Amino acid sequence: MANGAVNQHISKQFDDELENVRAKVLAMGGLVEQQLNNALKSLIDGDIDLGKAVIETEVQVNSYDVSIDQECTKILARRQPAASDLRLVMAITKTITDLERVGDEAEKIAKMGLVLSDKHGPKSYYVGINAMGNLVSRLLHDALDAFARMDSKKAVEVAGKEAESDDQYGAILRQLITYMMEDPRNISGALDAVWVARALERIGDHSRNICENIIYLVEGEDVRHTSIKHMEEIVSDN
Amino acid sequence: MQQNHPSTAKIIEEIEESAVTEPNTSTTTHAIDMSSIVKTDVDAKLADENICIEANNFNLFYSGAQALKDISLTIPEKRVTAFIGPSGCGKSTLLRCFNRMNDLIDGVTTEGTIKLEGNDIFDKNINVADLRRRVGMVFQKPNPFPKSIYENVAYGLRIQGIKDRRTIDTVVEKSLRGAALWDEVKDRLEDLAMGLSGGQQQRLVIARAIAIEPEVILLDEPASALDPISTLKIEELIYELKDKYTIVIVTHNMQQAARVSDYTAYLYMGEMIEFNDTSTLFTNPNEKMTEDYITGRYG
Repeated sequence: MANGAVNQHISKQFDDELENVRAKVLAMGGLVEQQLNNALKSLIDGDIDLGKAVIETEVQVNSYDVSIDQECTKILARRQPAASDLRLVMAITKTITDLERVGDEAEKIAKMGLVLSDKHGPKSYYVGINAMGNLVSRLLHDALDAFARMDSKKAVEVAGKEAESDDQYGAILRQLITYMMEDPRNISGALDAVWVARALERIGDHSRNICENIIYLVEGEDVRHTSIKHMEEIVSDN
Repeated sequence: MQQNHPSTAKIIEEIEESAVTEPNTSTTTHAIDMSSIVKTDVDAKLADENICIEANNFNLFYSGAQALKDISLTIPEKRVTAFIGPSGCGKSTLLRCFNRMNDLIDGVTTEGTIKLEGNDIFDKNINVADLRRRVGMVFQKPNPFPKSIYENVAYGLRIQGIKDRRTIDTVVEKSLRGAALWDEVKDRLEDLAMGLSGGQQQRLVIARAIAIEPEVILLDEPASALDPISTLKIEELIYELKDKYTIVIVTHNMQQAARVSDYTAYLYMGEMIEFNDTSTLFTNPNEKMTEDYITGRYG
C-alpha cells in the first residue's frame, strides 16, 4: 500500500475516521515513549518526582488504549473495511496492546526507581541498565517512526536490532549475578535491578511486535514468529 | 515472542566454572519453518481443483462495442466463484455467456472459447437447451411462473416429459428442501407462487433450477432485491448447495462475495483485473485496482 495512504476513499468521512484513529495511535506512542524515557531518567538520577509523574501518566495511556480500541470496533462494525484498510485496523488494535504493555513496563521501572532510591547499592548497577535503556528507547522510537511512515523496510531493520537488547539483558544479568555472589548484601538491590532489565527486555520485544504489525500492514504478510531473514525477503519481494 | 537469553542457572554455572565473560552468542533457532505455512497462492490452490468452466481469450461485442476483453479464467467445480465490479464492468455479461443467454440478444458476437467440462459451449453441435439444463440460472428479480408452488418446481420435469406423479412429488419435495423452502410451503403447495414473499420466491426459483439437477447454477445478483434476513437465507443456501453444484454468483455486495465465495474475480471495464482466492483478495489483493475498488477508493 502507498505510504500513509489512509485517504482517498470515496467516503471522506471514512478517511477522517481512519486518519483520526491513526493520529491517536501516534499520540499514544509519543506518550509511551516519553513515559519510558522519564522512567529511565528517574531511575538513573533518583528523581522521585519524575518517577511519580511516570506512574500517573499510566492513566492517560490506558484511556488511549480503550478509546482507540473502541474506535477500531466502530470502524469494523460500520465500515467493514477490506484489504489495506482492514489490515490497518488490525495492526492498530495489536499495536496499542503492545504500547499499553510498554507503558506498564515503564511504570514498573519508575516504581523500581522509587524503591531503589532508598537503597544503597553500587551505582555501577545502572551502567549496563542505562546503556540498555538507551538502546530499547531507540528501538521503540524507531518502531513508532516506522509506523508513522508505514515503512516496512525500516520496520525490518528495527526488528533486527532487537536481538541486541537480548544480548545486553544477558550481559546485565551476568554482571548483577557477579555482584550478588561477591557480597550477599548486594542481593536485594541487584534483584530489583534485574527486574528493571527484565522490563526493558520486554519493551524490546513489544517494539519488535510493533514492527511485525507494520510489516503485516504494509506487505499483507503475517511475519510473527518468523526469522528476520524471512522478514527481509518479504519486504524486498514487494 | 522470541527469547534467547541465557538462563540464570546457566550464567551462574558459567561464572563459577571460571571467569568466562564472553557474551553468550548461542542463538537457538526459534523461527517457524516457513515451508510449513501454506501460502495461499491461487494458482497452486486451483491446481488441486477440478475445472468446471474454462474461458480462454474470450471477447464479446454488443453490436461492435466490446463488452468483454480477452477474459481467461477457470471456474472450479463445486466451489462458489463470485464476480464483483462496478456497474457495466461486464460481470453479468460474462455470467450470461456460461449458458449462452446472450444468444437471445441481437448483435452479440463472441471470440475465443468457453468450455464446460472440456467442451466448447459455442460449438455448433452443442444443444443449447441441453446446455441450459446443465447450467441453471437465477436472476436478480424472482421470476416464478404464474402457477402453483408445486407446478413451478415440477415445470422442468414436465418439459422433459416426466409424467409419473410419484417421481415428480419426490423431486419437488427434494428440491424445495434443497432450497430451504420446504418447511415454509409444504402445507400450501397448490397456492400460487406469486403469493410468496420476495425471499421465498427467490428460493422457489432456486428450487426450480435445482429440480432438473444442473451441474452449474448461475446467480445474477440473487439477493439484491431482498431484505437482510432473506439475503442471509439465500447465502446459507448457497453454502449448502456448493456440495453438489458449481456456483457462480454476480454481486454488487462485496461483503456478500466475501462471505459466500471461495474464489473471487474482479472485473473492470470488460477486463478481468484479478482472480484470486476470496480470503486473499479481500485481505491482501495483488492488484492496486482491486484494492481501490474493495476499499472504496477513487479508481
